[in-house]
Amino acid sequence: MSGFLALEDGTIFRGETVAADGFAVGEAVFTTAMTGYQEIVTDPSFAEQLICFTATMVGNYGVAEGRSESSRPHARAVLMREARGPGWTDWLHERGIVALSGIDTRSLVLRLREAGALRGVVVAGEGSVEQAVEVARAHAPMAGRTLAPAVSTARPYVYSDAGRARVAVVDYGCKRSILRRLAGAGAAVTVFPHDVTADELRRFDGVLLSNGPGDPAPLVDEIAVVRELIGSVPILGICLGHQLLAIAAEHTTYKLPFGHRGANHPVVDRTSGRVLVTSQNHGFAVTPSEAREATHVSLYDGTVEGLDFPLEHARSVQFHPEAGPGPHDAWPIIETWVEEVAYAEAA
Amino acid sequence: MPRRHDLESICLIGSGPIVIGQACEFDYAGCQALKVLREDGFRTIVVNSNPATIMTDPGFADRTYLEPLDLEGVTDVLARERPGALLPTMGGQTALNLARELAEAGVLADLGVELIGAPLDVIRRAEDRQLFRTAVRGCGLQVPVSRIVTTLEELGGVSLPAVVRPAFTLGGHGGGFVETVETLHQQVERGIAESPIDQVLVEESVRGWDEFELEVVRDRKDNVVIVCSIENIDPMGVHTGDSVTVAPQMTLSDHAYQELRDAAAAVIRAVGVECGGSNIQFARERETGELRVIEMNPRVSRSSALASKATGYPIAKVAAKLAVGYSLDEIPNDLTGTTPASFEPTLDYVVVKFPRFAFEKFPGADTTLGTQMKSVGEAMGIGRTFVEAFRKAQRSRELDGRETWALDESAHPWFQGELARELDVGGLDDLVADDFLRLKREGWSDAEIGARSAATEDDVRARRRSCGVRPVYRRVDSCAGEVEAASTYYYSTWGEADEAPPRGNAPRVVILGSGPNRIGQGIEFDYCCVHAAQSFRALGYEAVMVNCNPETVSTDYDTSDRLYFEPLGLEEVLAICERERPDGVAIQFGGQTPLKLARGLETAGFRIMGTPFDAVDLAEDRERFGALLARLGIRCPEWGIAGNASEARAIATRIGFPVLIRPSYVLGGRAMRVCYSVDDLGAVDRPVLIDRFVESAIEIDVDAVSDGRDTFIGAVMQHVEEAGVHSGDSACVLPAPSLSAAEDAEIRSIVETLAPALGVVGLLNVQFAISEDAVYVLEANPRASRTVPFASKATGVNLVQAACRVMAGERVSKLGLAEGQSLEHVSVKAAVLPFARFPGADPVLGPEMRATGEVMASAADLPTAFAKAERAAGRPLPIAGTAFLSVRDADKRAVVDVASKLAALGFKLLATAGTAETLETAGLEVERVRKVTESGAGPSVVDLIRRGRCNLVVNTPHGSGARTDGYLIREAALVARVPCITTLSGAAAAVHAIANARNEGSLSLQERIERETRAA
Repeated sequence: MSGFLALEDGTIFRGETVAADGFAVGEAVFTTAMTGYQEIVTDPSFAEQLICFTATMVGNYGVAEGRSESSRPHARAVLMREARGPGWTDWLHERGIVALSGIDTRSLVLRLREAGALRGVVVAGEGSVEQAVEVARAHAPMAGRTLAPAVSTARPYVYSDAGRARVAVVDYGCKRSILRRLAGAGAAVTVFPHDVTADELRRFDGVLLSNGPGDPAPLVDEIAVVRELIGSVPILGICLGHQLLAIAAEHTTYKLPFGHRGANHPVVDRTSGRVLVTSQNHGFAVTPSEAREATHVSLYDGTVEGLDFPLEHARSVQFHPEAGPGPHDAWPIIETWVEEVAYAEAA
Repeated sequence: MPRRHDLESICLIGSGPIVIGQACEFDYAGCQALKVLREDGFRTIVVNSNPATIMTDPGFADRTYLEPLDLEGVTDVLARERPGALLPTMGGQTALNLARELAEAGVLADLGVELIGAPLDVIRRAEDRQLFRTAVRGCGLQVPVSRIVTTLEELGGVSLPAVVRPAFTLGGHGGGFVETVETLHQQVERGIAESPIDQVLVEESVRGWDEFELEVVRDRKDNVVIVCSIENIDPMGVHTGDSVTVAPQMTLSDHAYQELRDAAAAVIRAVGVECGGSNIQFARERETGELRVIEMNPRVSRSSALASKATGYPIAKVAAKLAVGYSLDEIPNDLTGTTPASFEPTLDYVVVKFPRFAFEKFPGADTTLGTQMKSVGEAMGIGRTFVEAFRKAQRSRELDGRETWALDESAHPWFQGELARELDVGGLDDLVADDFLRLKREGWSDAEIGARSAATEDDVRARRRSCGVRPVYRRVDSCAGEVEAASTYYYSTWGEADEAPPRGNAPRVVILGSGPNRIGQGIEFDYCCVHAAQSFRALGYEAVMVNCNPETVSTDYDTSDRLYFEPLGLEEVLAICERERPDGVAIQFGGQTPLKLARGLETAGFRIMGTPFDAVDLAEDRERFGALLARLGIRCPEWGIAGNASEARAIATRIGFPVLIRPSYVLGGRAMRVCYSVDDLGAVDRPVLIDRFVESAIEIDVDAVSDGRDTFIGAVMQHVEEAGVHSGDSACVLPAPSLSAAEDAEIRSIVETLAPALGVVGLLNVQFAISEDAVYVLEANPRASRTVPFASKATGVNLVQAACRVMAGERVSKLGLAEGQSLEHVSVKAAVLPFARFPGADPVLGPEMRATGEVMASAADLPTAFAKAERAAGRPLPIAGTAFLSVRDADKRAVVDVASKLAALGFKLLATAGTAETLETAGLEVERVRKVTESGAGPSVVDLIRRGRCNLVVNTPHGSGARTDGYLIREAALVARVPCITTLSGAAAAVHAIANARNEGSLSLQERIERETRAA
């Protein structure tokens, strides 16, 4: 059965449907990661997005339960040049995800790079192109959207109960890899919903602000909580968590034209001069800044990839040190943080 | 960290002649390195014995030395030039081994030369098995359980199956997979003999495990990037050079891939490569995920060349910059211009590499693939899907015969699944646009579809086009479209949008490359293509390159204005020409490959630039060529064309034996034989050419450039071996030493007559045989020949450039070339043969070309140049010791002269009965030894050679009949690395050189050309 992607600018890409029937509305984005398709579609940061893989062969090594970054796919649709099944496509189908194969993905990427991320509709099966374009145009743009509440946990839970440091994770759409890395580094981990209060979090040795979807700017209450926390408990922000910390610390964020999504993005650590090859997935970024606290910078566009407020024991990174998928170069960021938190607690 | 300012000049070592396991990828690497070092203001010095390389062009370095790549040769250059540093990571294993030798001999310390890129301790840690094992284990990884062995006594308790790997050999040479105690002992003995440090590793076999390679780059700040992952479709057990490989890896999950990535970073750090690239190989058990680090090359490699072409990330260029102090974030990514080299390329396409074998050249050789590399070249295909890339690579090999490749049963099931789908077409008329799109996206060619639907390739193409199905072109940009790139590196695919079609009004020329390296068509033609691109660009043309060989300089995206990495088939080339609308297509530089396309291109209305196809046909079609020669009054050996055995007998009898038999349109003497009697003629199932074989003739090669009226004779070269040995296998001397003034004049006059008569506009190569004062034309090739690079370097005249100017419309007379210049130096080109790779094949020279590469040496006189060339070819001539002689009856008279000269030089003579008798009769003192097949007491000649009791072997094969004894002698010499000369003319030249070679210091190409020019 055929299907198509209709973009808000009227561009149409046709393909074969390889998973669920129906249609999906969202923001069309692309990722350049060559591995980790299952991790990507289950990453809550991809909520309300239509993901295009630039890697052409997707699904080669099937699926495995342990690879999911959350309990379900969050991407609305998957666009591929060449899907390989049946493991992968059946898995998508069972989870109701619309997916197309045979898409001219490179042309789609070049279009998104030029026009910026565009809203779109993926239709699996027959449908009116004009109607699809209309629906895409009617869909709310990503800028200004608060999506974290919808993907955050409803109530707190304990992920791992023993460890040398007690860490609270604020779940704005947290990836399992973050929890795994924290626990692996020796932290006892408790996960809280996005609207947890500062008082509750302060009881812990450290607070990790997780990744998550959508625009950070409208998350006013969450930012207020972060502001309260600064200086009272060690903080590590990742991705959306980084952006919230940035806003709380008087930096600004903005919507990137088409985002950074992939597993090969170079980030320079200004203090050491070292370059980290990082896993990235963000559509918003912290405005380039010469401020001292801006420790990490994207070598692609100069956006702030890391912040450090040593006196307040607060730091954050825009990229994904937990990987999943992507390189492990930045694993030590989480490990070092847990170490420091544990050390401060012991002292 | 910016460029180092404490260094002023840097010496780079090349990889020498093309051999199996070490091909033009190191010319590509060396060229890139020289280019960036010069841009950075370093004075550059290059040493490489291979004249067919671009890196040894006088314009590529400040000083170029075509000197033997041995301790003596390089020491001499270093002493003369006193560079601040030596960069050994661009010249393969040859350069790395030499650097180690130079360091260990104290040469570098004495001369104050710093080793950059890979310091001595790094080379040792990567190359010495024990040190490597310790380093790998130190970072928590495993190597296969193994043991280092220097004698057979140390083999007790080794578990089988096992792999034997000799230390410090090319492409795993001398190693192998063994399952029994007996084969273990044999292989270890051979391995110890092959290893320059008499050491082999016997290790746990991981045969059948999946095999991966990672290309890693690291800088002084400890930044590490993985440029590319490569998966071998043939699992462990087959040398990676012989495997079909794919990039990026296809079967690993992110978790498994990142584990490899971490391991690669850990290994490069543990071994200590601080500023450069490395290739690290892994074996991975498919089910358990167990990992073994197999090996690491702390230098650029064949795989890094492949990775560079696969990703657009120029590893050698980056590695050279790292070696002189830069860090990765300071080096820009060429393709994007805006992002740094400290990122990891991401691919939105798939790349497949296919090896190209040449077993047909080595009858009797074992064709089983194992841990020792046997392929002579490779082709790469790029497609949006795996199968598309796979089939493009597969057909890019241009096989002469039948397909012999089959997917190994132990290959990963994913590959089995992808390749399971057969080509399924009904009648051509039933195919509609969607069918064509599907077939094309699966990588099938028009010819393949035609073969399955009882239609011709042309019919399929016409039908496909009428359905509106045409290829589109995509850019290789290293970033999957994420960053805007101005890349001019393209591949084709189907059913998508076309990207960045050519614009502008500059005249345009499409240059067709030579495809995968093979015996008879190698780097020499790539040299010509690269020069053609440079020359046309200098003339104001846009040069568009088409080629599919990832090892080459021609497929560097910098070489041309646009690069199409595509199979050199008519389908692909026509499509490119339709897109480019060139003013002309240059077919005369890429060997035989473009000639096969010429007719189709002309038919489609594209202009062949320079010599038209009809001239090629006129020269290749023996009837037409014979008639032309007759009309011009030029002598050629008597000949005839036979369609069957009885005709062959009749013709051979008419013209008289011996005769030379061959099919037409061949390069490299494919299937060419000398027949001495009717019995030798054998079966004839397709038309063959039969020529009278001019015996004991001097063979002459001429390279010339003509504008269709006037002709410039670039070089007149004489072969050392007599006619009957393929010109590509024969040593060659410039200027020709044995020509009389009259013969020289006659040869020149024939070429000057022939060139316009054929219609040559561009390059022409003519081969002559001179016998009893008569000059015969053997053949004419209206295209670039194998000797063009050698001739250009020996004379200092860039023949390809001259040809391009003529093709663009200039007159030869206006090129300012000095005709008939007398040279101050003698240059010798010597062939390098791969016999040691093909046990079972007779290592004897004949009309079928088997050389993989060549070396060049120049000196003030012939013996000195010849001795140096032999040294450069890895066969240094002995100056004393024992010489063994055994020649066929026809050579008995002439052998006396060779033997007496050897005796006069103090050599002790050994000979088998027949030859001994001849020598004794001539009054020489000879010790008789028995042949293997003769019974008797005492050691046989083969025993003596094996025991190292001979320093020189002269053994000429009989024209016909059993070759058993001769074969055993030659094979023993090969294994014992004793120079073995199989022609009497070769022996005479060798003895002359032994007697008269002088010690002569090195001289750079630039200085030599300057002297020649001054002399002229």
